[in-house]
Amino acid sequence: MEVRREPLPPTSAATPGVPEHVDPQALGVRELNASQLLRGGDLLGANRPAHLEAADLERYVQERTLTTTLDRAVAWARSNSFFPLSFGLACCAMEQFHAAGPRLDIARFGYEAFRASPRQADLIILAGRVSIKMAPIIRRLYDQMLEPKWAISMGACCSSMGVFNNYALVPADKFMPIDVHVPGCPPRPEALMHGVLKLRQMVQNDPDAGWRERYHARGTEEILPSPHAAAAVNVPLEGDTAGA
Amino acid sequence: MSAGEESTLSAYRRREQSTTIAPLEEQPRAHTEAAGDGTRRELLTLNFGPHHPATHGVLRLLVTLEGEVVRDIKPIIGYVHTGIEKTAEDKSYWKVIPVVERMDYLAYYFNAMAFCSAVETLAEVEVPRRAQYLRVIHLELNRIASHLIWLGTSALDLGAVSIFLYCLRERERILDLFEMSSGQRMHTRYFQVGGVIEDIPPGFARKLRDFLKDMPKRADEYGAILNANEIVLQRLRGTGPLDADTLLALGVTGPLLRAAGNPWDLRKAEPYSSYEDFQFKIPVGTVGDNYDRFACRMAEMYESVKIIEQALDGLPGGPHITEDRKFALPPRHELATSMEALIHHFKLVTEGFRVPPGEVYYPIESPRGELGCYVRSDGSSKPARVHMRDPSFVNLQALSHMAQGGYIADMIATVAMLDPILGGIDR
Repeated sequence: MEVRREPLPPTSAATPGVPEHVDPQALGVRELNASQLLRGGDLLGANRPAHLEAADLERYVQERTLTTTLDRAVAWARSNSFFPLSFGLACCAMEQFHAAGPRLDIARFGYEAFRASPRQADLIILAGRVSIKMAPIIRRLYDQMLEPKWAISMGACCSSMGVFNNYALVPADKFMPIDVHVPGCPPRPEALMHGVLKLRQMVQNDPDAGWRERYHARGTEEILPSPHAAAAVNVPLEGDTAGA
Repeated sequence: MSAGEESTLSAYRRREQSTTIAPLEEQPRAHTEAAGDGTRRELLTLNFGPHHPATHGVLRLLVTLEGEVVRDIKPIIGYVHTGIEKTAEDKSYWKVIPVVERMDYLAYYFNAMAFCSAVETLAEVEVPRRAQYLRVIHLELNRIASHLIWLGTSALDLGAVSIFLYCLRERERILDLFEMSSGQRMHTRYFQVGGVIEDIPPGFARKLRDFLKDMPKRADEYGAILNANEIVLQRLRGTGPLDADTLLALGVTGPLLRAAGNPWDLRKAEPYSSYEDFQFKIPVGTVGDNYDRFACRMAEMYESVKIIEQALDGLPGGPHITEDRKFALPPRHELATSMEALIHHFKLVTEGFRVPPGEVYYPIESPRGELGCYVRSDGSSKPARVHMRDPSFVNLQALSHMAQGGYIADMIATVAMLDPILGGIDR
C-alpha cells in the first residue's frame, strides 16, 4: 500500500481555516471524533483542544495518525512477513534450504511462508546462476509478483557471474532491480539470513524504491490478460512461440 | 520444408521443431486422434516448469496428457547452462577443479574426484593410500548428503514436509564435517591432483564417529516414517516401472538401474581409490518401480556408513598428497628454507603443471550413477577438452518411458525418484 502525502487544498477567505469543499457541519463532527480519539476524552467535546481548529486539526490528524504512523506500521508488518518465492536455480538453492532448515530456522523472523506462485510472493531470492536462457523467465516471474516486491541476488553467480564469467551467464542486475546482493560461492545460510535482515532494515527505514525506475520495474505487474491492454514486459503475444 | 530436407534432420532436431506452445486448435492434427465411437479424444499439452517446485531445479517438461494419463513427455533443458566445459579449457588443470565441482552441485566431491582421477591417470601420478582413504571418507559422506537432499525434496513432493527438515538436520552435520576438513561447506576444493589438500584436523575423527553412530538410527526413523505412510506407499508402489534391459539400452546407471535388479556398481565392478579394501553390499530392487528406487537409495545410506567406518578404522599413515613436487604444492614451511621448493611453488602457481598428450575417460560411481570425466591433453598446462558424462543427463531420457501411461500425479513421484540435478544436466 502506498500512502501519498498530498498538500491540502487552499483555504477560502469566506470561512477562514475551513476548506471550501468541506461542509462545516460535517467537519465539526469529524474534528470532534478525531480529537477525542487522539486525546482519549469523551465524545461530547468536553476536552476539546482549544488551540487546534478546523484545517489545523485536520492536518494534525492526517500527519500524525493517518500517514506517519500508518506508514511505519505497514513497513514494520511487511518487513517481518516476507513471502519468499520458492525458487532455486543451482548450488545456492541448497544453502537456501538450510536457511529454512532446522538450524537457522528462517521462521523465527517470519519468512518461512515460501510460496510456489509469484503472485503470492513479495520476495524473490535468486539462488544460483542465471543463464541467458533463464533470464527472461526470471524477469517474467518478477513481473508477475505484485507490488511491493523485493529481490535478493544470492551468491556470486547472479551478482557478477562468479567463477564462471563466460558466455552463458548474465548478472541479474542487467535485467531486473536487485535490492540486496549476498556474496559467497555459495553464501552460508547465515549470510543469506544477514541479507534478508538487511532487506528488513531497508523496508523499515526507507520503503521508497524509486530507483527501480531505471529497470522499468514499476507498473509491470501482470494483472489480467486482456486483448485490449498493452502486454507487460516479456509476456509473449498470442501465437508467439519463440520461447518454446 | 521439403520432404527430402526433413529426412536429413536428426530425430532430435525434428522433435525440437515439433515443440510448440501454440493453442491446441492451431497444433497439427496428430495431437487429436479419432476414437472408435466417432468422438475425438483431445490431447492436452501441459507446460511444466522451468519454475515449478516439483522439478528439482529448472527442468522444463512438455507433457502431453489424455485426461489425467501421460502420453508423452518432452524434457527441455538448458536453463542453467553455465558453459563449464568450455570454461575448463581456458584454465590450467588445477584451476579447473573448482569449476567442475559446480556441475552436479549435490555431488561436488564426485565431480572433483572424476576430474582429478582422470588427470592423475593421464599424468601417471601416484596417489598415496592415506589420500585414497580420505577421499573415500569424503565421497561416501557426500553420497549420504546427496541422498538426504533427495529424500527430503522427494518427500516434499509427495506431501511429507517434516522429513525434509529432518534430512536437513543430518545434512548440517555432514556439512560441518566438510567445513572442518576443508573450510567450506559446499564446493570444498578438497581433492587435488595427487591427493587431498590437507590432512583431516584433530577432532575430525571423533566428530565423524559420533555422526556415524547416529546416522543409521536416523535413517531407521525416516524409513519407519515413510514406510508406515499409506500415502507414500500408494504413490511409490507400482508407479513408473521400467525393466533393467530398457534402462541399460537407455544408458541409465546408478540406483535407477540397481532398483531394476541389475547390481551394476562401479565401486565393485571397477574399483578405484581402494574401494576393493572395503566390505559392503550393493542394494538391488526387484521390479524397478518408484518404491524400489526409494528403497535402494535408503539402503545405500547404510552401506556408505559402513564404508566410512572401515575407512576410518583402517586409515593408513603417510602423506596425504603425492610427494611429486611437479604436481603438488610444497608445504608452506619449505618455502622459507628451500630454493627448489620456491621454484616449484612459483611454477605451479603461475603456469600450472603440464600433462603429457593423450586422452582418458575415468568413470566413478556418483550418487546418481556413472559419472565419467573425459580429458584430452595436448601437452600444455591447460586441458584441450574436458567433458563430463553426467548421470542425471543420461537418466533423464528414461523419464518419458517411465511415466508414459501413468497418471500425471505419478509423474511427479517418478521425477522425484529419478533425482535429476539440473546443474549436472545442463553444465
